[in-house]
Amino acid sequence: MQLVQQLVNGITIGSFYALVALGYTMVYGVLKLINFAHGDLFMWGAYLGLTAVLALVSAGIAGSPWLIVPIGALVIVAIAMLGVLVERVAYRPLRSAGRLPPIISALGVAFILQSLARNIFGASWRTFPPGIALPGGITLAEGVRLGWMQLIVLAVAGVLMAALYLFVQRTRIGTAMRAVSLDPTVARLMGIDVDRIIAIVFLIGPGLGGIGGLIVGLYYGSFDFTLGWTFGLKAFIAAILGGIGNIPGAMLGGMLLGVVETLASGYISPQWKDVIAYAALILILILRPTGLLGERVGAKV
Amino acid sequence: MKLRPWQWQMGLLALALLLPLPLGDYYRTVLWRTGLYAILGLSLNLIVGYAGLFQLGHAAFYALGAYTAGILNLRLGVPLLATLPACIVVAGLFGYLITRPILHLRGDYLCIVTIAFGEVVRLALVNDVFGLTGGANGLSGIDRPSLFGLELRAPIYHYYLMLLVLLLTLGGMQRLQDSRFGRALLYVREDEEAAEAMGIDTTRVKLLAFVIGSAWAGLAGGLYAGKLTVIAPDLAKFMESVVLFCIVVLGGTGSIPGVFVGTIGMVTLPELFRPLKDWRDAWVGIAMVVMMIARPGGLWPSRRASSSVRGGEPAEEAP
Repeated sequence: MQLVQQLVNGITIGSFYALVALGYTMVYGVLKLINFAHGDLFMWGAYLGLTAVLALVSAGIAGSPWLIVPIGALVIVAIAMLGVLVERVAYRPLRSAGRLPPIISALGVAFILQSLARNIFGASWRTFPPGIALPGGITLAEGVRLGWMQLIVLAVAGVLMAALYLFVQRTRIGTAMRAVSLDPTVARLMGIDVDRIIAIVFLIGPGLGGIGGLIVGLYYGSFDFTLGWTFGLKAFIAAILGGIGNIPGAMLGGMLLGVVETLASGYISPQWKDVIAYAALILILILRPTGLLGERVGAKV
Repeated sequence: MKLRPWQWQMGLLALALLLPLPLGDYYRTVLWRTGLYAILGLSLNLIVGYAGLFQLGHAAFYALGAYTAGILNLRLGVPLLATLPACIVVAGLFGYLITRPILHLRGDYLCIVTIAFGEVVRLALVNDVFGLTGGANGLSGIDRPSLFGLELRAPIYHYYLMLLVLLLTLGGMQRLQDSRFGRALLYVREDEEAAEAMGIDTTRVKLLAFVIGSAWAGLAGGLYAGKLTVIAPDLAKFMESVVLFCIVVLGGTGSIPGVFVGTIGMVTLPELFRPLKDWRDAWVGIAMVVMMIARPGGLWPSRRASSSVRGGEPAEEAP
């Protein structure tokens, strides 16, 4: 039964990774850029959510769990707009500058976002006030508990990912997105407004990352400004595991990373869980360089 | 009057020798740090600049060198200067073992594996691997280097020690750049298939670049351990690797003067503006974004790289 419990926990953590990994993978799909700033956008989601919650609490509106719905919507919108802004200012001018300059620019944006967060919100750990995160849960079987928060996390992540999948597969914009990630030049010739599609990607990816940040903050209760680096790196690994640029791959990779990490922490050693996650990444990349579901052929021919 | 190369080289050397003399200990330490990062930058430049391989875990080798010096000194009582060859060998050996299986990976994947490897090294150091690394607190009480019975305590001695290594590095890199191996590296960076077709063993060349670069970072780690006498796993943190990567790219990849420009931008200037410490990272970040938009080739691009690109264009235009 302990194993089932570990799997439940692992899938919960995995769905965080998946939400954040989607942002990396979508951006990589259209721009072939590792968006190092994504982890920090995610961290900003957590801080904005915390600020909104604290503002409501100090305004005397007692912490009802339902309040998280409008706050979540606010965070999505705010971080999505921040994402579009970042693309506009820091990435668009470098679209034709080769591989290295956009990476440096992305690292620069990450520095800026991190430094801003540290100066505005302080360097110490911040905690969500009680009453927002639901305590308790349900017992599925003997020894297997599913917390309400876990259930909410799984539900929100599941709905968002299903919606994204349908959006990308079924709508015109989604089709255009896939076309751009396949070949931007041909997509432009087919009458697709590539700049607009890229802007939409930077709306959706950071939006999902932002809500992911809020949920992670709520789930763990406290965080600090390094959340973006640590979590972002893991989520990026999840994206690679699944095959970067591949949306279902990011979901699978996230879940897999969450489960591997939880099992490693439960059965081997909590101290070494990150090492095991990274080692798994290195192994998978050596054996299957395009990731688990990576269809795009890697090396230039 | 136009100066000859050896004239301004001598001028720079004289400046490097005399500059710390009128300064206080704090500024001497800043100069020492600048030099140390220039050595690290030059070692990474071999990998990122010449070979064109994205290495975002370089700080791990720096940390490996520092820990090699620390462990040999504390456990076996080896004098610090005598540990330096071991730092080079250990970091180079790890460079070989790590890089061998991942060389065939394409740009971004390679970059991620190097990040992951850097984190593995850092976490192993934090977790006190084999009971040797002292866990999260690291190692302290490492001996300072001593020369003919004289303990190098004051920053000025460390500065001159660093300068000696820096000059060796510069000389070595210059020789390397003009050697058969250096030209092979550049060829591999510009067009791997063509290089292969010309009979260059691309895997061997890339591997060699990685090993030499890593080994040299290990040497810088040894120098660090001797100066600070305290080392911690933070040496291997991702941020450190990012700074090194930016040193190479901001100045202009593959350019030796560019490494110095990058070091001054990423290390010296932030160090001198300590009062603005809280906002330092934000300024560095803004500078990085603006720099890349204004001069994507870096502040002091490598002349060799640009001339080779110019030479390559007509062939591409041909039908």
